[in-house]
Amino acid sequence: MIHVDFIDRPNTIATVPMVCMHCDDPTCAEVCPADAIKKNADGVVQSSLKPRCIACSNCVLACPFGVPKMMSELELMMKCDMCYDRTSAGKRPMCATVCPSQALAYVPLDQIVHERREIPTNTFYFGAERVTTKVYMMVPPGAASISVDVVDYMWEPPDEA
Amino acid sequence: MAKPPGDEKTLIGRYGPHLQYEPPGGWQDESRNPAEKLVQTHCCFCGQQCGIQLKVRGNQVIGFEPWEEFPFNRGMLCPKGVKRYMQSAHPDRLLSPLMRSEGGFRNATWDEALEFTAGRLREIQQRYGKDAVAVYGGASLTTEKSYLLGKFARVALGTRHIDYNGRLCMVSAGTAYKLAFGVDRSPNPWSDIPKADVILVAGSNVADCAPITTDYLWRCRGRGRKLIVIDRRMTPITRNADLYLPVRPGTDTPLLMSLLHVVLREGLEDKEFIAAHTLDFDKVAESVRQYDPVTAGRITGVPPESIEKAARWFGKCERGFAMHARGIEHHSKGVENVLSLINLCLATGNIGREGAGCVMITGQGNGQGGREHGQKCDQLPGQRSINDPEARKHVARVWGIDPNDLPQAGLTAVEIMEAIHRGEIKGLLSICFNPLVSLPDANFTREALEKLEFFGVIDFFMSETAHHANVVLAGSLQEEEEGIACNAEGRVIHIRQAVEPPSQARNDWRIICDIAHKLGKGKFFPFNSPSDVFNELREASRGGPADYYGITYEKIDRQMGVFWPCPDLEHPGTPRLFEGGRTFHADGKARFVVTEYRESGDPIDGEYSIYLTTGRVVSQYLSGTQTRRIGALTYQCPEPFVEIHPRLAAEHGIQDGDWVTVTTRRAEITVQASVVRTIRPDTIFIPYHWAGRRSANRLTHRTLDPRSKIPEYKVSACRIRKAQAP
Repeated sequence: MIHVDFIDRPNTIATVPMVCMHCDDPTCAEVCPADAIKKNADGVVQSSLKPRCIACSNCVLACPFGVPKMMSELELMMKCDMCYDRTSAGKRPMCATVCPSQALAYVPLDQIVHERREIPTNTFYFGAERVTTKVYMMVPPGAASISVDVVDYMWEPPDEA
Repeated sequence: MAKPPGDEKTLIGRYGPHLQYEPPGGWQDESRNPAEKLVQTHCCFCGQQCGIQLKVRGNQVIGFEPWEEFPFNRGMLCPKGVKRYMQSAHPDRLLSPLMRSEGGFRNATWDEALEFTAGRLREIQQRYGKDAVAVYGGASLTTEKSYLLGKFARVALGTRHIDYNGRLCMVSAGTAYKLAFGVDRSPNPWSDIPKADVILVAGSNVADCAPITTDYLWRCRGRGRKLIVIDRRMTPITRNADLYLPVRPGTDTPLLMSLLHVVLREGLEDKEFIAAHTLDFDKVAESVRQYDPVTAGRITGVPPESIEKAARWFGKCERGFAMHARGIEHHSKGVENVLSLINLCLATGNIGREGAGCVMITGQGNGQGGREHGQKCDQLPGQRSINDPEARKHVARVWGIDPNDLPQAGLTAVEIMEAIHRGEIKGLLSICFNPLVSLPDANFTREALEKLEFFGVIDFFMSETAHHANVVLAGSLQEEEEGIACNAEGRVIHIRQAVEPPSQARNDWRIICDIAHKLGKGKFFPFNSPSDVFNELREASRGGPADYYGITYEKIDRQMGVFWPCPDLEHPGTPRLFEGGRTFHADGKARFVVTEYRESGDPIDGEYSIYLTTGRVVSQYLSGTQTRRIGALTYQCPEPFVEIHPRLAAEHGIQDGDWVTVTTRRAEITVQASVVRTIRPDTIFIPYHWAGRRSANRLTHRTLDPRSKIPEYKVSACRIRKAQAP
């Protein structure tokens, strides 16, 4: 339950993988009329409980990160639960285990701070709403805008005529 | 005449590609019937050969589990690796030998199919001579199979014409490294990458073609070190580059020569290293004098200040590391492009040290191991030259034949197809090769295949090329046969057998031996298992540059791979070559080799004014025989497309998603436009994994590098126009 999207393919090669951010106050759970989305003591927000989920899609609409997906054939919302079967058994989630660039990494926070140039953040603003999450996103320190047109890197010699 | 029996639609309807979306028994089945065993083996796809564990139940591969202990990839996999298990238990899997029948193929017994194959090969050789039959091999085969196939061609058939699809992949790099260093292998292990100070990636779409190598580059960058990328497209690794040089297709040599020009002008060369460990520096120094950054900028389209900056970074750093792939190698001057990069590394003393060196990123599964032991037309086992009398004597002794009976070097892959087209080669036996999709100028390839008097194929799926076959022998998938492979860094790894070939399908090694027996040469093929073949290979390679004598399956398992050369059983292997500056040349010295810029074999002009370049996408592999049968991978990239810069698109009234006809001097195909700012406006890109009207290789040309004989896939001249949906 992870999706990878080109952000804006015509203008950039950048892609972003979207996993559940596991919010400290999960909006999906708050809007669920059936109380089908539970947060564990360790902060992992579970996928919906099958006996409870009524497939209303409130959570799909409410999630600020666009994570939950309605599986209409199963009448069930499904989302990333941080591979609870694996992580609860001491393994890493599948996505972070196989990720070829380690863009998705399952490591202690101080380790990633040490290993990367980018810095981790877990605080997001959606308008006035402040959302904090268990999952961190790496952002460039003092990010400036980055040109993505190949033309900006090319050279045409000055006309000699 | 080897025209496909019946129409293409019927053949595809019967043999695929069909899309497999679910594992055997469906997604829920594993929770009820868990796997019986986990087999630690490797991915069957690219040259990195990532470690993976296959879940097996009832002689079927039902899933996978990352293998985090394997040091090369530590559990990481790309989409191809994650979905590779879907090729097993696939509805398209060939389950018995097939022979031509009225309007299609019919099942045959092994005895009938083998008798027919051997009989036809014998007839053609008796009528037209031994060299009227050629053998095609594949770089996805295990090293045992590659070795066996080379021996089969030379001993069982006695033809000099054996070559393989690695000719489309690694030969420019291999030729250049042999000239410069006397050996064809990446000199540094991948663990050196994060230790470099400046990395220069030249012509490698790392993210799509060698995905987990991205992690190595990121770890280097994470240390605050610098990444320079040379490419005509911004591929995903360019996002992380500190400097990007958007080279005009076909002009890598002057760009790389200009980097050396600046290094020498600034006095950044390593004079001690050059004096102690190299030859012919002066000639190369003289040759780069003409390529000052402004002159090079005019040719390459790269800003002179970027050339200056890249050269200074690379020249001044303590540990420079160059990595290259097909982007600089798929050219009619592929060898010169690689040599130009090697010259830069030699001049700056970046060879044979921890974190400093020059490596090729091997593309095919066993691209490295597959070329070392005998399916390359000019090489004998152990990476020995077939022209070397001593090498011939050694190998002939191991094989139990007279050295005079050992054929001389034959034609290369594209040249074999041309000889078939000319009518000189009448019979072809091919394993694990889909030339109709992968060779350049696909219409020419089809014409040639139709002229064959006999065409035999060994494969596990019916490739588009196999449609032309008289007989298709159902062989084995990678997970169905034990053996070894050698990954991009020179690490020999152990492919474990996870399952038996299903139904009547047979192990490839056995099929090759079976044909040899039918040809009356059984006494040279007394093998009962891949390990028998391996033990003979060890002996045959002994004393050669690629010395495998000291490698055993058990040692590989114990050490998680053994880097060759490994000359004796106590030897731990050689992760890094050229330490202390000593190369494999007899005098130990590296050679500078003068390079020269010339025009592409398919130059642009007023009519064909745009450069066409081809390559891969992450979810597909080579000619797609396997990956176009896996649902999730095909879903990720269902069709080829053409990348066009908005400036060029606007000139032709093309918008994103429009259909575009691309025409070269040979053919045209129509694909959908992806209008992106990440490619040069004078260049378009099409991935090549598809067949028929979607085949990018209908457009490419057969100009070869004069030394390596690699085709020039990366530069064709074309024109484009907006089209209707086909």
